[in-house]
Amino acid sequence: MSGNMNLTLKVWRQKNDKTRGKFVTYQANGISSDMSFLEMLDVVNEDLVRKGEDPIHFDHDCREGICGMCSLHINGRPHGPKQGTTTCQLHMRSFHDGQTIVIEPWRAAAFPVIKDLAVDRSAFDRIQQAGGYINVNTGGVPDANGIPIPKIVADEAFESATCIGCGACVAACKNASAMLFVSAKISQYALLPQGQTERYSRAQAMVAQMDAEGFGSCTNTGACEAECPVGIKLTNIARMNREYLGAKILKQVEPH
Amino acid sequence: MLDSKVPAGPLAEKWSKHKFNLKLVNPANKRKYTIIVVGTGLAGSSAAASLAELGYNVKAFCYQDSPRRAHSIAAQGGINAAKNYQNDGDSVFRLFYDTVKGGDYRSREANVHRLAEVSVNIIDQCVAQGVPFAREYGGLLDNRSFGGAQVSRTFYARGQTGQQLLLGAYSALNRQINKGTVKMYNRHEMLDLVTIDGHARGIITRDMVTGAIESHEGHAVLLCTGGYGNVFFLSTNAMGCNVTAAWRAHKRGALFANPCYTQIHPTCIPVTGDHQSKLTLMSESLRNDGRVWVPKTVELAQKLRKGELKIADIKEQDRDYYLERKYPSFGNLVPRDVASRNAKEVVDEGRGVGASGIAVFLDFEDAIKRLGEDTVRAKYGNLFDMYYQITDENPYKQPMRIYPAVHYTMGGVWVDYNLMTTVPGLYALGECNFSDHGANRLGASALMQGLADGYFVIPYTVGDYLAGLGFAPVDKNHPNFEITRTEVEKRVRKLLSLKGSKTVDDIHKKLGHIMWEYCGMARNEAGLTKAKGLIQELRREFWNDVTVLGENEEMNQSLEKAGRVADFLELGELMVDDALNRRESCGGHFREESQTEEGEAKRNDEDFSYVAAWEYKGEDQPEVLHKEALVFENVKLTQRSYK
Repeated sequence: MSGNMNLTLKVWRQKNDKTRGKFVTYQANGISSDMSFLEMLDVVNEDLVRKGEDPIHFDHDCREGICGMCSLHINGRPHGPKQGTTTCQLHMRSFHDGQTIVIEPWRAAAFPVIKDLAVDRSAFDRIQQAGGYINVNTGGVPDANGIPIPKIVADEAFESATCIGCGACVAACKNASAMLFVSAKISQYALLPQGQTERYSRAQAMVAQMDAEGFGSCTNTGACEAECPVGIKLTNIARMNREYLGAKILKQVEPH
Repeated sequence: MLDSKVPAGPLAEKWSKHKFNLKLVNPANKRKYTIIVVGTGLAGSSAAASLAELGYNVKAFCYQDSPRRAHSIAAQGGINAAKNYQNDGDSVFRLFYDTVKGGDYRSREANVHRLAEVSVNIIDQCVAQGVPFAREYGGLLDNRSFGGAQVSRTFYARGQTGQQLLLGAYSALNRQINKGTVKMYNRHEMLDLVTIDGHARGIITRDMVTGAIESHEGHAVLLCTGGYGNVFFLSTNAMGCNVTAAWRAHKRGALFANPCYTQIHPTCIPVTGDHQSKLTLMSESLRNDGRVWVPKTVELAQKLRKGELKIADIKEQDRDYYLERKYPSFGNLVPRDVASRNAKEVVDEGRGVGASGIAVFLDFEDAIKRLGEDTVRAKYGNLFDMYYQITDENPYKQPMRIYPAVHYTMGGVWVDYNLMTTVPGLYALGECNFSDHGANRLGASALMQGLADGYFVIPYTVGDYLAGLGFAPVDKNHPNFEITRTEVEKRVRKLLSLKGSKTVDDIHKKLGHIMWEYCGMARNEAGLTKAKGLIQELRREFWNDVTVLGENEEMNQSLEKAGRVADFLELGELMVDDALNRRESCGGHFREESQTEEGEAKRNDEDFSYVAAWEYKGEDQPEVLHKEALVFENVKLTQRSYK
């Protein structure tokens, strides 16, 4: 069932990280308001393939708003105009007939473009690898109910743990800071009893890797929180700063 | 040919005894072995991390841009474990029993019992990793109930249990990557298996950024690559989920078991049009309070669809709450396969709702009257919001429209008790294998199986194989690496040479229609026979008239899709063969010829109490069926009834 919206798309096309990119204009006609934004791009891509033109490359996978693989800067906003959703959950009824839509990749030095709208977010993985875990091996752990955790603490830790690692916070930030992302993981473990043993070394290791990756600093404008599709709060950053400061004061510099 | 290697002795002692009898690799010698892990969902991440902790060298691969994105992340409901924290009569044996019964007596007893045994360790492990499970006010873990069980044994983290469990396994994996014991390859797709003297010794991958076709050698290869639901084009799977790794292994000698067992989940948001790219699940938990209905007559349904009537105009006595009518004791909470088949039945009669007529109502009006909107919001708020976002219809004001969708595949690569396939050194874990769910998987059991295989089974069983190998590194100059790599390159070049008039999606959608129509919720001899011909024809159309753009040496999503669909076109035919062979109904496999007088699924234990494992015999050759007899010593086989 096709629809009746006709749109003009200005899409960032870039062959790879070694070539310069540019905006290319496409018409997307007969779009239904029931389509998701990515399904609208599917329609455009099918047309391009039929014409023998290279389809627009973008990252996506689960299309349920949870894997964090989709990205896209849409009309100047990460994940588009609707608050609290990922691009894959954004539907075309958030747009109107005749509208021009500008689609860009995440823009950040630490997220180089791979092709068109797909960027390399492996910096996020490396930050997690630096310390985003609790040092336990498989087996030999206490019974799950041997570690009681107040519900309020568990719920707060869950709120931080719900980050999907999409990178919208970095894309929204004028400094391309990754502090919301990093602080969410640091907070989750800092809140939970299981994370106490290594809380300071973890904060130091993750912050050091974040800096090494070339992300910018935080100037508390809060754009990250406003654009986060899953509602990660700015208070995580405050907590991370406390953890980091605590580590400095206590001079805990053991390797993580 | 099929030796399940199930150890002798009483059921409850099999795994402990077997663990003792398995050969060990000395800690200092483990570093002499390399293990390849393909896929980083729950099974893959947990296996890679656990094996690296033991001292093995691990190479892990995923097609996504990060291991954290594997589709395990999308699981909503929860994970079962026989903890009996609720003091409600749960036990390892009860979880075992429920799972075998839920699978309609088509799974292997010993594997399922082991799964139930290690389920308790999984919860401990995840909590130690910092997974924020839901808790009671006293600080202890909370549980809820799920379909097919009369106890509360499901642990959960709001509606995002899969996400939290995967991020836990991902953190364990990251720890090993940081230590250098796991080398991680993101955006890499396995395109073939390399065997030497019949043993798995490596894989061929394509770097999805540069296009480089590379060989990787290892002493063992673990396939943790998930299910094949995307053969239907539309499913609740992620867009990238595919069968390629498993299918390539199948063509190198791994038998493929029970491919026709697919789970069609009853409560998904219906298709809105041809543009639809995937389907979204609405959690099974909604059936606790939602009532399923359609108009009583075709005339009323037609008027509703045309907009001549509003939903509110349909009087109570003109509504058919068909599940409550047909199954008074289970009502709206019948198992997934029964709920799905009944929805199809009323839609086929012409009583479906929505513009397309391919949907039924899931109505919360009574629940809202009884409990109040706030309580309903507290229980299901995030699901209602998701529904509203996708359909633009407010489920607090009007009933949801739902319809079944492909969700999970119980079939998969055949494995023995050690999770080894018929190719020595090649293992299959998680949804990728066939072993634990029989013909129907119970809710909250997929997460359990993925983590059981990865954390607590493979670390023991892989050592038994490696200990018999000697310490020599795999010869990466063996000609088979070059031969297989060349074959992969040739195949890639062939795909890129296709310049027809159809897109890959055109063909994939057609395949999906064939599978859904003839090998979906209900199957019969004539339909399946027709489907076999249609698939063969479609495969020819693909190789003659599809178009694949671009070149290999770049990110090329056209090429990626084409390779996956080519494999689905072969798998689809095997699914149909398997469905044709199994002239009985069981679990998710409903053969119309085999039903009770009331139209329920009817098993034939005498003739079909076996695992159907298929052997590949070459291009366009019929596959050969091997049977592994299923022996039930601890449960009594009965016909399921939910009346």
